[in-house]
Amino acid sequence: MWKTILRRILIMIPELIILSVIVFVISKQLPGDPFTGSINPKASMSQIHHLMRINGLYDPWYQQYWNWVVSLFHGNLGNSYQYQEPVTRLIAERAVNTFWLSLLTMVMTYAIGLPMGLYAGRHEGKLQDALVRIYTYVTMSIPFFVVLVIGCWIFGYDLNLFPTNGSVSPSASGFLPVVLSKIYHMILPATLGALFATSGITQYLRSGVIDARKSNYVKTAQAKGVPMKDIYKHHIMRNAFLPIAAFAGYSIVGVLGGSLFTEQIFSYPGMGLLFLNAVNFRDYTVMTALVLLYGFLSLLGTLISDIALSVVDPRIRVE
Amino acid sequence: MQKSLETGAQLSKEDLIKLSDEAKNNATPSTFKIIWKEFKADKMALFSLIFLVAFIVFVIVGSMFINVSQMMQTNIMNYFAKPFTSNFLLGADAGGRPILEQLIVGSRNSILIALGLTVISSAFGICYGLISGYFGRVTDLSMQRVYDFMMIIPSFMIIIEIVNIIPNYNAITLTLLLSLFYWMGTQRLIRSQVLAESQKDYVSASKTSGSSNLKIIFKQIMPNISSLIIVDTTISFAENIGVETGLSYLGFGLPVGTPSLGTLIANANDADNITIYWWTWLPATIEIILLCLAISYIGAALRRATNSTQRRSTD
Repeated sequence: MWKTILRRILIMIPELIILSVIVFVISKQLPGDPFTGSINPKASMSQIHHLMRINGLYDPWYQQYWNWVVSLFHGNLGNSYQYQEPVTRLIAERAVNTFWLSLLTMVMTYAIGLPMGLYAGRHEGKLQDALVRIYTYVTMSIPFFVVLVIGCWIFGYDLNLFPTNGSVSPSASGFLPVVLSKIYHMILPATLGALFATSGITQYLRSGVIDARKSNYVKTAQAKGVPMKDIYKHHIMRNAFLPIAAFAGYSIVGVLGGSLFTEQIFSYPGMGLLFLNAVNFRDYTVMTALVLLYGFLSLLGTLISDIALSVVDPRIRVE
Repeated sequence: MQKSLETGAQLSKEDLIKLSDEAKNNATPSTFKIIWKEFKADKMALFSLIFLVAFIVFVIVGSMFINVSQMMQTNIMNYFAKPFTSNFLLGADAGGRPILEQLIVGSRNSILIALGLTVISSAFGICYGLISGYFGRVTDLSMQRVYDFMMIIPSFMIIIEIVNIIPNYNAITLTLLLSLFYWMGTQRLIRSQVLAESQKDYVSASKTSGSSNLKIIFKQIMPNISSLIIVDTTISFAENIGVETGLSYLGFGLPVGTPSLGTLIANANDADNITIYWWTWLPATIEIILLCLAISYIGAALRRATNSTQRRSTD
């Protein structure tokens, strides 16, 4: 058990290093210099060159990389060229929004996916099952962002039920109204995101329940005379839910990947929108930090899931 | 021995034809025959297939008659022309550019990129999975570490960054770039199947009789997992349509002046467009939904055809 975890963590280190090098080198290749537009337009070329030299932009890439890594460990990711603010602070502000939105999406995903998968597995081959299967078929085939656009149009603009931009209403003041307004802003993007993230969970749980129902331990329990309700509660659900719970880490990766679209469509001020803006403004430091952060979070998500799965399912442990 | 051969030669011609016919009837039908039967049994799948093929042919032929640079010229006189008028069947956008023509050219671009992406990334993923699964041990271990790494990369963000680096890029470079990041799913699926397949007797038999590894992999194992490959390729085609259009939607796909379904949907980013000028983005949205549903439905029918317990057609 511990061997698996240790091995998994050791693999993580080279992955992180390679990721940081790739991300850094790519960011350095971006065209345009980051000062254009943000400084006095009358500044001469030599002044710009001077600025770039001071900021270390003329050093060889490995030197710049090393400086970057050293300051990374000091918690300093440099200043954003666009906002003239420390990158860490800028990201921290946005990360809070993305965190809550992702959390709500995950909660919704499980809240929708679990009952649906269970229900479909329980009524295998019947109408209910067919409906759930149509649902998973539709959500698995249509691109995610297309439905976000349509959902935003129908529920946001047409029916005017939910706000379509920002993370909090500007008129809200006081703790409770702000929290409520924030939740209100998140409901639509989170629900639409969750509708799409459920298909995997639903299918997996459905087949898990079907497999469990045909297994010998369920037959034994039935033969003993255990009521079906209790069999579901103590035998089937227990066995089918555990792997699903362990999938949470992988779901985080998916939700984060979708945040680019969700935040763009709903103008939600999170990390995804920050990244898209940073790309347009050639804000190297922000871009680099964000890609690295996303990679790191994905790494962490898969790590959690891998470990959780090996705890739940001893068959996949490495000796 | 000699005698039995002679009696064999005495078979009349009619008998021979009859016997070979019988043998033909008893043999397992070819994959394509099974698939065709399944499509005939499932009218919806057949309809999807016809719709898809007809649509692709229509946009490719249709876009040949459209002058793209002329179409993309701004014409302020046609600012948000209403749909269903004589010149603008689907209206025009803020630049007075006709939506219908953009839709046809954009569909062609998006579909061809998705097709190219599917072919390249699937071919790579299949080879990767075959080699990794067949050789196993250290080869498999190191190849799967590369796979693990590719999985944690925030690929969409990195693609966006790279698109910004490349000074001049077109549909082909974009396709190649995307292929770098979308082979992993195929790889994983193929590998797991090959792992099981390479334990089978026919592989060991072939090994002992001295066949080269390449021959075993591509001439013996690959045909045996061909049904899996067909299904997976179809499904990744639907996914890949989403990849390119998604990228174009965010504004980092095809260069400006080259319409794509994604850039048309991006019209919805404007609050006025999304509420008042619905014709600028809704047709492209509906089209993507229909396309993806049709492709996935075909994929589902193919999957049923390859699994003899799930077929709807009766033999």
